[in-house]
Amino acid sequence: MIHVENLVKSFGHTCALRSIDLEVAEGEFLTVVGPNGAGKTTLLRILATLLNPTSGRVCINGLDLSPGDAEVRRQIGFVSHQPLIYGNLTVEENLRFYARIYDVHPLDQRVDLLLDLVGLDGRRHSLARTLSRGMQQRLSVARGIIHEPRILLFDEPYTGLDQQATRMLHGLLQTVGCKSHTVVMTTHNLEQGLALCDRLVMLSRGSIVYESDKASLTLSALQEAYWQHAEDKSGQGGN
Amino acid sequence: MRFLSKTLAIVWKDVIAELRTRELFSSMFVFTLLLIVIFSFSFDLRVDKVAEVAPGVLWVTFVFAGTLELNRSLSAEIEEGRMDGLLLAPMPRSAIYFGKMVGNLVFISATEAVMLPIFSAVFDLNLIRPVLLLTVFLGTLGFSAVGTLLSAMAASTRAREVMLPVLLFPVVLPVVLSAVKLTAGIIDGVPWASLALWLRLLIGFDVIFLTISYMTFDYVVQG
Amino acid sequence: MNRGLRWRDLLNVLSGVMMIAALYLVFLYAPREATMGDVQRIFYFHVASAWVGFFAFFVTLLAGIGYLRTRTRASDIVGLSSAEIGVTFTAMAVISGSIWAKPTWNAWWPWLQEPRLILVTILLLIYLAYFMLRAFLEDEEQKARFAAVYGIVAFAGVPVTFMSIHWWQRLHPIVFEKQGAGLTQPMLGTFMFCLLTFTVLYFSLLLHRSRLASLADEVQELTQRLQTGPGGRK
Repeated sequence: MIHVENLVKSFGHTCALRSIDLEVAEGEFLTVVGPNGAGKTTLLRILATLLNPTSGRVCINGLDLSPGDAEVRRQIGFVSHQPLIYGNLTVEENLRFYARIYDVHPLDQRVDLLLDLVGLDGRRHSLARTLSRGMQQRLSVARGIIHEPRILLFDEPYTGLDQQATRMLHGLLQTVGCKSHTVVMTTHNLEQGLALCDRLVMLSRGSIVYESDKASLTLSALQEAYWQHAEDKSGQGGN
Repeated sequence: MRFLSKTLAIVWKDVIAELRTRELFSSMFVFTLLLIVIFSFSFDLRVDKVAEVAPGVLWVTFVFAGTLELNRSLSAEIEEGRMDGLLLAPMPRSAIYFGKMVGNLVFISATEAVMLPIFSAVFDLNLIRPVLLLTVFLGTLGFSAVGTLLSAMAASTRAREVMLPVLLFPVVLPVVLSAVKLTAGIIDGVPWASLALWLRLLIGFDVIFLTISYMTFDYVVQG
Repeated sequence: MNRGLRWRDLLNVLSGVMMIAALYLVFLYAPREATMGDVQRIFYFHVASAWVGFFAFFVTLLAGIGYLRTRTRASDIVGLSSAEIGVTFTAMAVISGSIWAKPTWNAWWPWLQEPRLILVTILLLIYLAYFMLRAFLEDEEQKARFAAVYGIVAFAGVPVTFMSIHWWQRLHPIVFEKQGAGLTQPMLGTFMFCLLTFTVLYFSLLLHRSRLASLADEVQELTQRLQTGPGGRK
């Protein structure tokens, strides 16, 4: 599970995250929504150990995230809208590479299993740059979970996907999400985000402005809350 | 040993990707060939002065080709955010550094290996000598060591192609000078005692740059 | 606040007084050099400038290490200020070196006769690279971090290069006759005093420049607060 306490992140004079407190229980699916510039990506990148916090505390499964700590990354899987795959390698070679740097054993079986899971078994010898965006995103998910992490972080995974790819990804996330993983997902897509989550949090300009369980939330209520908070900020000075 | 296996995995990935397209190698090859031609006409190499300019021309060519390689190599990682993929893995950042460094060393050395016979022919000198090959290797090692670090920095700036030479050349100049002196000494048949100083210097620089680059790489790739 | 005032004023006065004394020593007290004549006097300022150039970059290196460990704005400010002062003195060293070299060796930049010129050139180029790096980065944090790393890496080769030139000169002593290897007592005294004067001047300038940078920071912060606070535009 994830514990965030007083998290602050500033880039020079700009403050991206202002004292965030957050708890994600084990097995919970948390969706984070918010307008552009709210700090969603920054938050997720800190959780993924790609960024160091300016101050505050982040704990993952009881382990404090410290800059030198390599082992905690074994428990984290990160999928963003950038697929992080190598265009000149085949689908299989991409997965094998990541399996190697994650010390995955047994390597071959795991690669085969994942190719099957994301439906890319037929394209395993294709160069990654010849795949459609949707397929690349599927490969990216495979890359993200190849080491069986217990914590999954998805940063706007639906970006740039067409209807069919969106549906496939949605199905994939449902399968993955059901297997008692702890998931944090950021998205612009309120509908998908609400459908998948157990709990939802809204960020705006670096702070949490809204929180709710899925059970007590409808899509229309969420949309209203979203526009209210997004509008509040744009009303002041046209940023 | 897991460290080594991950470093090698990175090197292997880069080699396979390059073998597929051969883009980098062919552009380096053409570029160095062009440089040799330009130098050959500018210095009018058919005159006796050949042996004097040879070491300088050799190393200038290697430095320019090497810079081309460094730019392409780390640019490709940072451009589509692929560096994140490496940073997410449970391995120390130095494994990434060594992986990229060895990869750079391999690619630049491969070009040098093809270029040396051509140089030998154009300059009418025997450049395929063990001591000279060692010199080329050591010079390239120092260049790659600090070049890998600085290309990671340059790749994050606005004008990356210009930024890398600006950052790299003053820093790597002592390495290049030592290598040129050593190359010149070998070609001229200078006694070993005089060369020993330059060789020790070259090795010394390699060690210093390798150590400092590997220690500071972490700070460059992670904010 | 009061204590800061005292240091600044003290250094101001001290460097002023020492500089006047140094000028006296160099032009009136030190004897006229036998082979080179009066132009040799530039040597005192040239070497002192070069010394500050190197020392300043060493301070930038230390500030860089300090920044990477503490991530404080103060470390970055010291590093930047020191670099600005250093590049100025290095440029002065290059120019004065040229002025000295021309009548002495009949060349504007005689690398072979005076290989230490190579080192000064490298240093100047490193400084220029440092500033270009800072200029081409927008993110403040990245700027400070990269500058810190470059300060460390760039200086790494300098001490060894310096030593190597020293060793090489020992192997090839013939070329350096004109250097006037033996400095007489009054010359040595003048030389050391100039080094000290320039060092004091450096610290004085460093203090001023750093303070200027912090004040600029404060102004920017206040401006931002005015704009984004209650009643502000944003």
